[in-house]
Amino acid sequence: MADVAATPGRSLWQDAARRLARNRLAMGSLTLLAVVAIAVIIGPFLTGHAHDRVYAEYVRVPAGIAAHPDHARIEGALERIAIRMRVKAELVRAHSGARAGEVVAILEAPRPIDDRNLAYFERSGLFGAARVLERGEDGARVVVAAPIAYERFLLGTDTNGRDLLSRTLIAGRVSLAIGLLASLVALVIGVAWGATAGYLGGRVDLVMMRIVDILYALPFMFFVILLVVFFGRSVALMFIAVGAIEWLDMARIVRGQTLTIRAQEYVQAAEALGATTRGILWRHIIPNAIGPVIVTVTMLVPRVILLESFLSFLGLGVQEPMTSWGVLIAEGARNIQGAAYMLAGPATALVATLFALNALGDGLRDALDPKER
Amino acid sequence: MAPLLSVRDLAVTFETGDGAVAAVRGLSLDVERGETVAIVGESGSGKSQTALAVMGLLAANGSAQGSAQFIVESGAAPVDLLALPARDLNRLRGRRLSMIFQEPMTSLDPLTRVGQQIGASLRHHQGMTRDAARDRAVSLLDRVRIRRPAERVDAYPHELSGGERQRVMIALAIANGPALLIADEPTTALDVTTQAGILDLIAELQRDLGMGLLFITHDLTLVRRRAGRVVVMRGGKAVERGATADVLEMPKHDYTRTLLAAEPRRKDRSRAGVGPVVVEARGIDVRFPVRRGWLGRSARKVHAVCGVDIDIRRGETLGVVGESGSGKSTLGRALLRLVPGSGLVRFEDRELAALTRAELRPLRRSMQLVFQDPFGSLSPRMTVGRIVTEGLLVHEPQLSEVERDRRAAAALESVALDAALRNRYPHEFSGGQRQRIAIARAMILRPRLVVLDEPTSALDRTVQATIVDLLVRLQREHGLAYLFISHDLAVVRAISDRIMVMRGGEVVEEGAADDVVARPREAYTQALVKAAFEP
Repeated sequence: MADVAATPGRSLWQDAARRLARNRLAMGSLTLLAVVAIAVIIGPFLTGHAHDRVYAEYVRVPAGIAAHPDHARIEGALERIAIRMRVKAELVRAHSGARAGEVVAILEAPRPIDDRNLAYFERSGLFGAARVLERGEDGARVVVAAPIAYERFLLGTDTNGRDLLSRTLIAGRVSLAIGLLASLVALVIGVAWGATAGYLGGRVDLVMMRIVDILYALPFMFFVILLVVFFGRSVALMFIAVGAIEWLDMARIVRGQTLTIRAQEYVQAAEALGATTRGILWRHIIPNAIGPVIVTVTMLVPRVILLESFLSFLGLGVQEPMTSWGVLIAEGARNIQGAAYMLAGPATALVATLFALNALGDGLRDALDPKER
Repeated sequence: MAPLLSVRDLAVTFETGDGAVAAVRGLSLDVERGETVAIVGESGSGKSQTALAVMGLLAANGSAQGSAQFIVESGAAPVDLLALPARDLNRLRGRRLSMIFQEPMTSLDPLTRVGQQIGASLRHHQGMTRDAARDRAVSLLDRVRIRRPAERVDAYPHELSGGERQRVMIALAIANGPALLIADEPTTALDVTTQAGILDLIAELQRDLGMGLLFITHDLTLVRRRAGRVVVMRGGKAVERGATADVLEMPKHDYTRTLLAAEPRRKDRSRAGVGPVVVEARGIDVRFPVRRGWLGRSARKVHAVCGVDIDIRRGETLGVVGESGSGKSTLGRALLRLVPGSGLVRFEDRELAALTRAELRPLRRSMQLVFQDPFGSLSPRMTVGRIVTEGLLVHEPQLSEVERDRRAAAALESVALDAALRNRYPHEFSGGQRQRIAIARAMILRPRLVVLDEPTSALDRTVQATIVDLLVRLQREHGLAYLFISHDLAVVRAISDRIMVMRGGEVVEEGAADDVVARPREAYTQALVKAAFEP
């Protein structure tokens, strides 16, 4: 008996956690999901760009690590500033008075140049405040230096000149939250509803499943518009709407599973032991129905994320300047000919997340099946 | 002349996650034309895998080495079935080479009429027209003695009884006049009274058609009159082979002797019938609605149990015998009030009929049920320790985790299982071990009445005897009252003090165990006795 006491009893869940820890693909996926989650939570503070800041000079900048602006963009900007100041401008390679990271230009005009006009440099968004290095005797020729405001856009910018990295990260918050929370809601309601209906059977089953049918019959858009009419537009509403619709599939699947499991002798054995209905559902029905449930959830998450972008497209979901992966991908898809890079960031994030979820789901299903060794 | 089938050094291995597992290790055997060769062994001995390897039907992760030379047409050169490409093998299967499976419920397509299933094989292999195939199917059904074949040819499999379905399978197997027929446990899933008829039919067809027959079974006694030669298999190898009479009369190997001596030992009946009455039932009557109409109105009812009386005393066993469909399982469940029924059931001093489900719950620990199927009655996703202690969770919820675990270990040891195995899952155990687990689950609650519903029917003969021994020991130690339900009169005689014979929901005969077996009064009982003791 000594060694018996030394090996404590284990439950399915403890065993499953142990088996999952041995599955490298699943653990890798779990790590990736954690990295994505952390990135979308704290990432937007670290990129240096607010997700809603518009850089008018940098519309549709391609992705890359190079700092902006480059020489051509500086020349162009200088030209535009010169036109506004009504002067002629010329770039100077080097000047003894200039510091590193400053652009030096000679401004010439037929009349004296007013220093206040130098504010145009700062207003362009590319430069800092300009200062005068040299001034001609008549004041019509001025050498000015202005610090260049370097910016990096790792994933490029969108059609409004907003940094796509920041936008992708902030979008992940919405997409992950709705994908996981709405799926969780669907999972909990669907499993509880389906298992109860299937196990109790008879008239209870009939009534519960007819309710499911009625909800199925409601057109989804109609349902959402109704909710908007009653409660106004909000992100929370979207969660409710998606969660309220998506549990229906889950309930049907779980009910079907339950019907076969209920007929198994181990359920009858539990009844003969005097187990309560809740005990039977919790200990026997749900663990044995879990395989198809997990597979359904892994398919549910991408569907929910895409459903959200559809709602947002119709103006019922998240609103600009807030965004989500689905919205970003739709935007990228519209610009795929001229600016394919706009698709790359959000699409990679979504694909990586969904792949990790699928691999994790497969791993979980295997881990919860004791026959899988 | 070369034998019809000549298997040499057959080895079957399965690639699993834990490496290669050998199911058959170097088996050789010959089957001549018109001869019956039996392969006998327990489950897991590799006898079924041998048949599947010859048919080329191994699971995807299995592979066969060695050779199986088969003479397709008499006079032709033999071909090696193991080396044959899948296409060529497919042309042989169902035409020259046929197989009958154990499970007649699942080996027929439930959505196709039986005539069409037979016809499909005829049209495929012989190119018959639809009408000719149908006529031939009718005559084949007649050949396997299905009554009213012209009508039944249009029946769906679920409209036939288990025995009839197995006859259809046989008709399907012999449709194209095969040279070799492989029968894998063809009667194990059937009632004893049906078994004999099926075996006689196979023997007769084999004689008439001059087929070679490879007969696979776990029951050595079935082989006695029906096979010329026998191969006894264990652990993938042949441990003994020879003429059936020699092997049965003078077994050389210990294992063969165990198989032969596997008749369960009789219980000591000296103290029966003296204890207080544990359960007393009067007029148990159960009707099931057959078809449920809209909103649960039932249209027709089947009378499963018709007014049965039962008394069982402390330490006594009442055996209930009958074919499937005789209502014996329903009777056991009605006694425990697991199915709705009428009639009075008095358990010790409580009247059960008046109690609600919740009021019944505390009494449940005193009356337990053990099922037939040790594979279906244990949840595949619970550890054995949790399965065994589920009843404690219900009836003694105050117990700590550690204490429950200690009780689980003790319960497993009481049924002679290693307590260290309690973190394993049911699929890692053999059938006999699983049945011990199911018994431990019932016994941990210290019940006073246990209903045993065919607890030994799914087990091999040798394992049956050890389970009966275990049940008898537990009964002696705890003074349990048993209701032992089985279709196998041999096992029932070994464990019961009294026997009740049921048919169509009614008791046809009742009496002391030895009297009923030695001097059966009713014709039905006589048929059962004959089927059980004179194979």
